[in-house]
Amino acid sequence: MEIILNTLISLSIIGVVCAVILYVVAQKFKVVEDPRIDESQACLPGANCGGCGYPGCRGFAEACVKADTLDGLFCPAGGNEVMKKIAEVLGMAAVEKDPQIAVLRCNGTPEKRKKTTNYNGPVSCAISSALYGGETDCQYGCLGLGDCVAVCKFDAIHIDEESGLPIVDEDKCTACGACVKACPKSVIELRNKGKKSRRIYVSCINKDKGADAKRACDAACIGCGKCVKVCAFEAITIENFLAYIDFEKCKLCRKCAAECPTGAILELNFPPRKEAAAVTETETTQVEK
Amino acid sequence: MLKTFPKGGVHPKENKFSAGKPIESIELPKQVYIPVAQHLGAPSEPVVAKGDTVKTGQLIAKSTGFVSANIHSSVSGKVLKIDKVLDTSGYKQNCIVIDVEGDEWIETIDRSTEIKNNTEITAEEIRKKVAENGIVGLGGATFPTQVKLSIPAGKTCKYLIINAVECEPYLTSDHQLMMEKGEEILIGAKLFQKAVGADRVIVGIENNKPDAINHMTELSKKFDNIEVNPLKVKYPQGGEKQLIKSVTKREVPSGGLPIDVGCVVQNVGTAFAVYEAVIKNKPLFERVVTVTGKSVKNPSNIRARIGTPINMLIEAAGGLPEDTGKIVNGGPMMGKAVSSDKIPVTKGTSGVLIFPESIADRVETFACIRCGRCASVCPMGLEPFLLKNMTAAKMYEELQKERALDCMECGSCVYTCPAGVPLLDFIRLGKANLNKILRAKKS
Repeated sequence: MEIILNTLISLSIIGVVCAVILYVVAQKFKVVEDPRIDESQACLPGANCGGCGYPGCRGFAEACVKADTLDGLFCPAGGNEVMKKIAEVLGMAAVEKDPQIAVLRCNGTPEKRKKTTNYNGPVSCAISSALYGGETDCQYGCLGLGDCVAVCKFDAIHIDEESGLPIVDEDKCTACGACVKACPKSVIELRNKGKKSRRIYVSCINKDKGADAKRACDAACIGCGKCVKVCAFEAITIENFLAYIDFEKCKLCRKCAAECPTGAILELNFPPRKEAAAVTETETTQVEK
Repeated sequence: MLKTFPKGGVHPKENKFSAGKPIESIELPKQVYIPVAQHLGAPSEPVVAKGDTVKTGQLIAKSTGFVSANIHSSVSGKVLKIDKVLDTSGYKQNCIVIDVEGDEWIETIDRSTEIKNNTEITAEEIRKKVAENGIVGLGGATFPTQVKLSIPAGKTCKYLIINAVECEPYLTSDHQLMMEKGEEILIGAKLFQKAVGADRVIVGIENNKPDAINHMTELSKKFDNIEVNPLKVKYPQGGEKQLIKSVTKREVPSGGLPIDVGCVVQNVGTAFAVYEAVIKNKPLFERVVTVTGKSVKNPSNIRARIGTPINMLIEAAGGLPEDTGKIVNGGPMMGKAVSSDKIPVTKGTSGVLIFPESIADRVETFACIRCGRCASVCPMGLEPFLLKNMTAAKMYEELQKERALDCMECGSCVYTCPAGVPLLDFIRLGKANLNKILRAKKS
């Protein structure tokens, strides 16, 4: 009985002493953290994708609290909605940004871009591109080995079996930019999502002269300049035999896409074109005659 | 007991089919493609324009820095264009394309075959001529030679080592060059010795070339202070650091240069090029290339002008075999597969190797069985499996501690791996990323 009593008493004393020490230390070394950091972090998606440029959501929340304005701070995964919530928490003005999405600027399906060599090394774009330009004559285009798929934290990009090219899932892509960084060929670009998800872009980054580009791939931009002439908004520029459509200036009129001789300009999510359909019909009938 | 390096190494089948074949010249191509980036360091700046007439040996691209090299026309004719052409890098690079007309050499080149020597020349003059004539290391790394010949202040060179190891299987160009131009090579070695102020000259030759060892030993008696060292056959003995260890028992510290242990290593091909440059005023515009392979009809050693498309060399060696699966620029261990048979010969092309389809593909990859063979054969004492796994896990910065930058990419680990793991591909990627991080930290 005495043993039990002694044990209880000594343990209680140790417990109390420890509690006092812990309390004193906790008071002495207290880290005063802005409660707004926790609050802002709660608004964030919590994917820790790094798309904002900070190490994880916590890092971004800290940066937001420290900053004077929210200029230049944006959570691509959460978008305007999340930024609005954070702005409310912090009592600052929200900065609105057009929602963006990753697009693949390569059209090189196996039919259009013929294989000239065979690569059987490790399945990694980074390793393959360190060895040579790729399995086709185009040294700029997508290698299709899926480094972008491996880094995507939102399961938003997949290699299409038929075309061998990655496809971006519009609903899942948050434009965090991980794939853009992972791609050794820089073939993925972040572009504005556009009204009703409608987008027009040059789906090629081949900087070779027209003839060389065409020889390597039927769907390459040959830098002919037809699109530049037809564009009424000066949204298209040509550099190194390659056209680029500035999404800030583009009004989605679709004239350039109709003009492109190789079909390198892609239009997404538009309703079918009435006149164009008629033109192709007459063309085919002419050929038949 | 023959000398060799103690750590690691492998012994692949030698397959030296073209051994003993005399060096032959082939007819000039109709067009040459001379890349402006064919050496280690900054690409050269073209000094000719479209339509210019050039003579053989004329300067066509100027060195753009300390670590860079002059490039000379390998033919006479008209500059057709300066355009992007696919080269050994696997990418299109700027090339000077010249339409060949006749073969008119610039007057300053002494074209006599008589062997001359010039013992009066000063070290400064040698360095100047080497730089002017665009000499780079012909062993494969293409490092500008004048940089190696400029000894940094406070360092002294004791040994000049001539690398005649040719440890790569299949290749025989250095071997044949020694048999035919032995004396010139030794004069070149003496010039090197003067330029770096070395006490001794040692020629390291593996003992799978007994005829070359005898021949060079015989010739070395004509000169004072040249010694020929037979070495045990082991790959990669031709690596600079391995050769130094084999010959002098000195070990180059990690991240250091041979000069830190008082050595300078030069390849036999480079020694011959320096002889020609200094004594005969001939710029580096041709080199000996081994064209070989199991199914090649007539494996040969060919003296080719820089910029000749390799299909002409293959044609001269009996044509492209029907069962060709892969063409490699260089040897089977460190060489690189090319993506076209029209790529031009550059200063670094030591061989053109043709693999039949049956052995062209990589072996099937299985999971690592942790046998540790890669670590035991690594001549630098690294742990390739660890470097590979760290790269796969994107731990690039930590690679520095594991001394990934010491890896010289000899391929012994891949050669020996029983699971067929592509170790070197990953290590190369890791090194590239680590270098990127280190460069970013510096700036």
